[in-house]
Amino acid sequence: MAVPTLLLISVIVFALIRLIPGDPALLMLGDMADPQSLADMRSSLGLDHSVVTQYLIWIKSVLSGDLGVSISSRQPVLDLLVERFSVSATVVLVAVLLATLLAVPVGLLAAWKQNSAMDLGLVVTATLLLSVPSFWLGLLLLYVFGIQLGWLPVIGYVGFGSDPMKALTYVVLPIVTLTLVEFGAIARMARASTIEVLRLEYIAHARAKGLSEGAVLWKHALRNAFAPTWTLIGLILGNLLGGIAVLETVFTLPGIGRLMVDAIFSRDYPVLQGCLLLITCIYVLVNLLVDLLYPLFDPRVKL
Amino acid sequence: MNLKTPALPGVAAIPPRRRRRYPPLNALIGGGLLAALVLLALLGVVWTPYDPLKLDLLSRLHAPNAVHWLGTDEFGRDVFSRLIIGARTSLWISLLSVSVAVVCGTLIGMLAGYLRGWTDRILMMLNDALLAFPGILMALGIMAIVGASQYGIVLALGIAYTPSVVRVVRGSVLSLRELEFIEASRVIGNSELYTMFRHITPNCLAPLCVLATSMFGWALLSESALSFLGLGVPPPAATWGSMLSASRTYISNAPWLGIFPGIFISLTLLAINLFGDALRDRLDPRMRK
Repeated sequence: MAVPTLLLISVIVFALIRLIPGDPALLMLGDMADPQSLADMRSSLGLDHSVVTQYLIWIKSVLSGDLGVSISSRQPVLDLLVERFSVSATVVLVAVLLATLLAVPVGLLAAWKQNSAMDLGLVVTATLLLSVPSFWLGLLLLYVFGIQLGWLPVIGYVGFGSDPMKALTYVVLPIVTLTLVEFGAIARMARASTIEVLRLEYIAHARAKGLSEGAVLWKHALRNAFAPTWTLIGLILGNLLGGIAVLETVFTLPGIGRLMVDAIFSRDYPVLQGCLLLITCIYVLVNLLVDLLYPLFDPRVKL
Repeated sequence: MNLKTPALPGVAAIPPRRRRRYPPLNALIGGGLLAALVLLALLGVVWTPYDPLKLDLLSRLHAPNAVHWLGTDEFGRDVFSRLIIGARTSLWISLLSVSVAVVCGTLIGMLAGYLRGWTDRILMMLNDALLAFPGILMALGIMAIVGASQYGIVLALGIAYTPSVVRVVRGSVLSLRELEFIEASRVIGNSELYTMFRHITPNCLAPLCVLATSMFGWALLSESALSFLGLGVPPPAATWGSMLSASRTYISNAPWLGIFPGIFISLTLLAINLFGDALRDRLDPRMRK
């Protein structure tokens, strides 16, 4: 299923870029370009072929790892993508992992004590967190920890390769922001699915067997209740990568989202194309992986 | 233990409904907040405390005070007035984008679900591929084509959310068209088109309402995010996202510029989330206790 989807995605990404009105060569070189360089640009972009041929040429080079060259920085697009993506991926993966580790146990406990004060507290907190835009929460955290307290740098970025400790100070706030925002969504999901599961007969059976509440909750309920949350995590990962640009703008992180928005502003279409393609392919593959691992949590589902 | 009487074939089991005298709390809070925000947006059409676009360089970056309740921005414009105008812009854009998605998605979904066969297969293949794009990414891609403008966002978000609507409507149509009352409508000689609009459409409404409510929230958030990135409504028009974005330069000496637009976005999203939860509890049969 994934291969035809990926192919169609490549067609859509290709079509999107081709739909940009105007002559791409003219857009890239500007109004001042002389006719000769325009003609050269057109032929280097393959614009003198038919659309189908253009697509075939493009997809062939994409499959061989050649995504073209950035118009503004003259670097190969693939190198740019790999460099920038590693920054975004680190932040997103660590944040989602932290959010899951925090939210799933809390959701489980809240469901166990449904309608208690703790449950109500969690539902209210999670709903509030769900309603706060990540970029605003990021700004607030930046204001408190960066400006008022002066504990963390407000602007800039240092790679993990050059100075790991310093790099950490730049990514800690983005990670905390995303963790808080996603905590709300994951905790609500974990709570809702645990409530469903705790009503099932096998839980009554486990209790009747004389198992302790701890064993019932952590051994029996958790596994089944985690399955829907697992699917949600796949969706969250993709959506975070798609929307990471705003957060990277707040924290001036050189990630893939920022690369993409800069590409939109500077009309750097090979880079834009590469970003769209990479993020969507990763989204599809992550969700495929989520589906493949699903039976680990819910043995009733066999692929 | 829960013993259920097995449903008769062809007869949908009627879930027992608990009678409530009052609507649930989340519906009240969510609905009330939403109504207040809509009223605020409507108020902005006829009245704002100050002209939201009028520059007053003598009162630049004033902190909230009795004259300017929420302070003034870097051009001396009244923040509260701009927030009111921003409410109108943000709610209007979200409403239009959701409408575009609902109308287009319903038409395509009904076509696919009703015609089935090859039309359905091709439409759904394309739809699934579009669904594979994270919504905000799709919107960003489309913004690159149509350029930053108010109706550019509507188009971008509308197209980005259409595939989800198609999915939901097609699913409903596929399960509905097998039911007896649809067959009955056909047997008594109603045309296909009449059956579709008179009998199938109303029955798709419940899941569609739930989806539309969440989409309204996504659209509002995406609009703020796009405006924040500078890909939204161009200045000097006020939107919550662009106000938040502009506030970043003055974050250390004028934090109110960033705090209030964020509060408004969060309150709106909270209202939509609460309202959406209540709506889903009410309309989604699987969620009924």
